[in-house]
Amino acid sequence: MEQVASIPATAAERILQRRLRRGHLADRLFAYTTMLFAGVVLFLVLAISVALLVGAWPAIRQFGFGFLTSAEWNPVTDNYGAVVPLVGTLVTSAIAMIIAVPVSFGIAVFITELAPRWLRRPIGTAVELLAAIPSIIYGMWGLFVFAPLFAEYLQPWVIEHIGRLPLIGALFSGPPLGIGVFTAGIILAVMVIPFVTAVMRDVFELVPAVLKESAYGLGATTWEVLRHVVLPYTKVGVAGGIMLGLGRALGETMAVTFVIGNAHQFNSSLFMPGNTISSTLANEFTEATGELYTAALIELGLVLFFITFLVLALAKLLLLRLTAREGERT
Amino acid sequence: MSLYVRRRIVNAVGLALSIFATAFGLFWLGWLLWTLVAQGLPWIDLSVFSQPTPPPGDVGGLSNAIIGSLLLTGSGIVIGAPIGVLAATYLSEFGRKTHLASVVRFVNDILLSAPSIVIGVFIYELIVLRTGHFSGWAGGMALALIVIPIVVRTTEDMLCLVPVSLREAAAALGAPRWRVIFAVVYRASRAGILTGMLLAVARISGETAPLLFTALNNQFWSLDMGGALANLPVVIFQFAMSPYEDWQHLAWAGALLITAGILALNIIARVLGRARK
Amino acid sequence: MAYDGSSARGRIDLRPLGSYKREQTVEDARARQSWTAGVEQGAGQAAKGSAVTCIEVRDLSFFYGRYQALQAINLELQARRVTAFIGPSGCGKSTLLRTFNRIYELYPGQYATGEILIDGSNILDKRQDLNLLRARVGMVFQKPTPFPMSIYDNIAFGVKLYQRLSRYDMDERVEWALRKAALWDEVKDKLKQSGTLLSGGQQQRLCLARAVAVKPEILLLDEPASALDPISTLKIEELIEELKGEYTIIIVTHNMQQAARVSDYTAFMYLGKLVEFADTDTIFTRPREKETEDYITGRYG
Repeated sequence: MEQVASIPATAAERILQRRLRRGHLADRLFAYTTMLFAGVVLFLVLAISVALLVGAWPAIRQFGFGFLTSAEWNPVTDNYGAVVPLVGTLVTSAIAMIIAVPVSFGIAVFITELAPRWLRRPIGTAVELLAAIPSIIYGMWGLFVFAPLFAEYLQPWVIEHIGRLPLIGALFSGPPLGIGVFTAGIILAVMVIPFVTAVMRDVFELVPAVLKESAYGLGATTWEVLRHVVLPYTKVGVAGGIMLGLGRALGETMAVTFVIGNAHQFNSSLFMPGNTISSTLANEFTEATGELYTAALIELGLVLFFITFLVLALAKLLLLRLTAREGERT
Repeated sequence: MSLYVRRRIVNAVGLALSIFATAFGLFWLGWLLWTLVAQGLPWIDLSVFSQPTPPPGDVGGLSNAIIGSLLLTGSGIVIGAPIGVLAATYLSEFGRKTHLASVVRFVNDILLSAPSIVIGVFIYELIVLRTGHFSGWAGGMALALIVIPIVVRTTEDMLCLVPVSLREAAAALGAPRWRVIFAVVYRASRAGILTGMLLAVARISGETAPLLFTALNNQFWSLDMGGALANLPVVIFQFAMSPYEDWQHLAWAGALLITAGILALNIIARVLGRARK
Repeated sequence: MAYDGSSARGRIDLRPLGSYKREQTVEDARARQSWTAGVEQGAGQAAKGSAVTCIEVRDLSFFYGRYQALQAINLELQARRVTAFIGPSGCGKSTLLRTFNRIYELYPGQYATGEILIDGSNILDKRQDLNLLRARVGMVFQKPTPFPMSIYDNIAFGVKLYQRLSRYDMDERVEWALRKAALWDEVKDKLKQSGTLLSGGQQQRLCLARAVAVKPEILLLDEPASALDPISTLKIEELIEELKGEYTIIIVTHNMQQAARVSDYTAFMYLGKLVEFADTDTIFTRPREKETEDYITGRYG
């Protein structure tokens, strides 16, 4: 094959050739650069997992699976177990979700179905601003403003009346401290509401208008349309949104650290202080002395990372199923 | 007839509850903001901006924490945003529907949902432990790790909004792909990309947990990214948890400053995003 | 057509980039030389005459993944004439047009087989430089696609890719291109204004000017007036009439009156096949095929 060089080239031809060559080189360089940085994202998550695993290794070797079932947490005897913070994390998140889900549902319904058009955007924005406020502010506010009021006005009444009931009474007993597991759950709920609301609003808007119109056409009330058309159509997406909110609640640190009381103990009452994985880390990590202590804390972090990963994977799976179904219908 | 009435009542109760829920949500926002202003505003004066954090009982301000926060947030976005934009460019322009791209998307979501305190622990192990001391760089890196997934998400969304025909038109003139992306795709989506970055800045400027183990805190005026660096969130945390009343006052002042800044960023981002449409 | 409309399973799609890697051949270099010569002398000087074949399509098939959209098309298009592709939607007329500058290469999974000869060299050859091909073959799309930059920069963008002009020469080129597109008088006082602020019809003429500014040999127009109002449509049609002395123009249209008004030759396509190709008068007055007659008399599509 004859090569280009054998053809006499004009000046314009030379410029052109140089530009073409440079263009192709830049193209490939750029494409591989972007790919490299996409790889950075993969690498980071891999590195986080490996680093946590390595850091936690002394504790994993020492305690094995027992770490996940032991309620011991004793820096003096160097004996650690994850149960107390793990249960604390799950319980505070559960309280948060029990409050946040219905409220978010109500707000999403209001924004998508009820509010006059001019009010939708301001209310949507206001709720989103709730998500923008840093968690440390929630923590301060919870500790200095909410907890004292809660202890003075609401808690005594609850302890007096509900605390005497059989079975659930034990959950609401003890002195009115203001801070504690239950308060942490409430603060978390307020923080999670905007996230769950945003997803619910988005999936509600996915419902085809004709579907709702045909239900209205049959004489259904707004509530019935929601109950029998919108919710069944979007239930998978709603569940996905709840999972995303749950992921946030599980990992939240600062707000909880302020108001949970940071006690490494089990207590049947939700009004008593407790702790969560993230609050334990925030309080003890920089002060931990000794390899095993630090390793145990890192293993707590690893457990938390794994739980949020599971929750996220579940959320993605659910949202994916919604979009897949959406695809089938169109 | 009674069935009809019952349906009407159920409807009314349901809708009333939804209005109540909205009021409930807005009530918290109002209460929070009101508290911040009431508790923080009286303590904001010139010395807050001009003097460094004091020992208990002394007069002082937050100047070192403010400048430290600016440095940390700045380095976080400067490190994180380019990585995020390039990774997003891969996803929307080159990877698209390939397996690698969907894996990157999923892993990016893992990073997005990773608790920020875990990221703090990671950077602690990776940098603080290696270098033997807390540093501004470690804090900046931790914040960058929070920035990356946010920027990847928003940038990819924005790039996908650029009409296909615009890319085709540029390619049809004989432009190499990188020119198409730089001159046309980025330019068409710059407002959106910028919005994403602003939201990322807003997010990291209030982050406390990842800084506890990385930048930590510094009582003195310092611009040295190589050493421990004061920053608003950690100062607020330490001062608020302290028993000294003047420290608590400074904490409220800092809380008001940081919230006002973040809400302003959010509103700017929103206005910018709307101008695009 | 979706940007990511097709699938490339399990593989990173860098193929369009990989395909830039090529050996340069003599033919390729000659084609390039003739284009640079054309750019220097002004387009349309290279060859004169009434019926010179400019594009020759041989056995062209086209695939979107496994779906075959074009079936063995054979076609010869004349230089400096307007050829219209007509047919019901989905017949493959746009697909055929998009093979002439291989714009489909932006998408993985789309490929063409057969040959397309432009000035004797096969542009479907793997070694064909895509960017160069697209500089020689301009294209205007259905919807106006002004870039998010000033009117001036919109025009200069394509020119700067392959030519280094002085400030003065560039100003001249921009004015020349805008005059060609009959837009100069409307925009000469606001060249720094964003191109996206123009009206739809003006935007489309801007795109036409942008394509012309690179001095291509061939202009591909993909339903250029379908998104415009009647007055703007008329202007575009007048422009086509004026430009055809200098460029080989191929226009896809679903509007038969438009095809009859502006084109010298018309190709009727149906279900991915070329049904009939002849001069426009013949197609519209004495079509050979039953399907063509049905279509132009409005019996379907």
